[in-house]
Amino acid sequence: MTLIMQLYVFILAGFVGFLVIGKVPPLLHTPLMSATNAISGISLVGAIVAAGGQYGKISTILGFIAVIAAATNVVAGFLITDRMLGMFKQPAKGAGHGADTKGGAK
Amino acid sequence: MPLFLQEGIASVNPIRDAIIQASYLAASVMFVLGLKSLTRPDSARRGMQQAALGMLLAVIGTLLNQNILTYQWIIGGLVIGALAGYPMAMKVPMTSMPQFIAFSHAFGAIAATLVGVVEYRELTREGLLTNGLAGALGFEVLFGALTVTGSFMAFGKLQELITGRPITFKGQNAVNIMLMAVAFGCFGYLVYNPMAAWAFYSVVGLALFLGISMVLPIGGGDMPVVISLLNSYAGLAAAATGFAIGNNVLIIAGALEGAGGFILSVMMSKAMNRSFANVIFGAFGAAPSSGAKAAGEVKEPKTISSEDAATQLAYAGSVVIIPGYGMAVAQAQHVCRELHELIEGQGGAVKYAIHPVAGRMPGHLNVIMAEAGIDYGALLTDVDDANRVLGSADIAIVIGGNDIVNPDAEGDTSSPLYGMPIFRPWTAKVTYVIKRGKGTGFSGVENPLFALDTTRMIYGDAKGVLGNLVKEVKALNEGH
Repeated sequence: MTLIMQLYVFILAGFVGFLVIGKVPPLLHTPLMSATNAISGISLVGAIVAAGGQYGKISTILGFIAVIAAATNVVAGFLITDRMLGMFKQPAKGAGHGADTKGGAK
Repeated sequence: MPLFLQEGIASVNPIRDAIIQASYLAASVMFVLGLKSLTRPDSARRGMQQAALGMLLAVIGTLLNQNILTYQWIIGGLVIGALAGYPMAMKVPMTSMPQFIAFSHAFGAIAATLVGVVEYRELTREGLLTNGLAGALGFEVLFGALTVTGSFMAFGKLQELITGRPITFKGQNAVNIMLMAVAFGCFGYLVYNPMAAWAFYSVVGLALFLGISMVLPIGGGDMPVVISLLNSYAGLAAAATGFAIGNNVLIIAGALEGAGGFILSVMMSKAMNRSFANVIFGAFGAAPSSGAKAAGEVKEPKTISSEDAATQLAYAGSVVIIPGYGMAVAQAQHVCRELHELIEGQGGAVKYAIHPVAGRMPGHLNVIMAEAGIDYGALLTDVDDANRVLGSADIAIVIGGNDIVNPDAEGDTSSPLYGMPIFRPWTAKVTYVIKRGKGTGFSGVENPLFALDTTRMIYGDAKGVLGNLVKEVKALNEGH
């Protein structure tokens, strides 16, 4: 892929980001940040190729560490986002109080 | 010889490649839809679950890549990462969310930086490094390494492993700017001569150092801006990785995060009425002396007993609670909900005014209140809306907040807070301020609100004070 095509993708995606994220209400700014953080854990894709490509010992070890770091980022990021969003309850009145706010906790 | 995902290399299996690309496209769409779902709290959770599914698809697609020859390191890394991430995400208290996010930024950035290093090594070894690729790799490690150490510094400050006060020395900004110039110089040389390994590793080293030296002088109260900025940098590092390995899903995801972090840091700066530059180079909290002018003429604030306050609360028609970070620190949100329910039980209405910069990250206090089981209909997140409600409220209660209710932000041009959009609790009939003790807030600025005629102070730990109020209101109820 040429650099210019990549720039197209980057800039258009940036615009989409501005338009979509600009509409997120302040209420959800914290989950927004953990969500974008989880999504950018997509570096995992690059880490996987680095770790599995048999590029020599040092590269494999660096790739391995990168996979660990990125996987932690992805797993923790999506789980915490889900946990937080599970806490935001609709303003429906008389719903009782919320002890059951933990989505997937054991 | 195995190569990175760069396009233009003859593919052995076009169908497999198509499947991989389809998984990336699907993931990109699901990411955008996931973020779009965050515009509404009722659709948000499901949307983000779909985004997580998109991530899974992208990972599965990548595993089909023909350049991957061994799987044991990948599987091992994924398992370790998942085992580390799961308990972290499930156990972290909402109060510590900013630290957690900073930590998570650091991890994502570690991955991006290391991938950059591996690529640089392999591409130079095979003599395939073009000037453009060197530029992409340079950006990748520059933003990546900066985010790694910057996030760890922010983590340390938030976790109070290092002081939240700005750490400054003379000529700090000059040193930082010089370091930045050297880093950009190395970056420029790397693009000019991609084989110059010293330039590449200098960029890594300088960026690591810059991350530390840029966050050190920033005070704890400015953390919402810093975290947002690091969010943006982490995204840019991921996007640069995408450029370097020719992968669109990385470019898209990185651009989304880059945009999100940027928007949030602009919003946060605005909410504090300060420019980026001022946050980064200003070392705001370093000079509390400027706010201490004419300390002598400050009136002694009036206090009120919990008993009297409880009586008024029990008969109030409308109450607006203004929580600050101090409330979260005191873990007073649950007892606050108890009080809220008691007042509602008496027929009063309770709303919360949540300032955009209350807490240590954007929207932090909203999550804290949601955790306590308060539905989001009661949270006023717009400063103007909240002030309208405050104007007709019987009682405003400020809990553990200070700068966000400082009238000097509107009236005193010499105040360091001047121009910051604030709540106006003094427009309610009476204001209670629950505060740990006398003294200034995080920024070290005096608050004339406390001395106003309609303000009553209740000194003490927020949890304890609210607990007393709950007890007193309950006692009143039983008395009837």
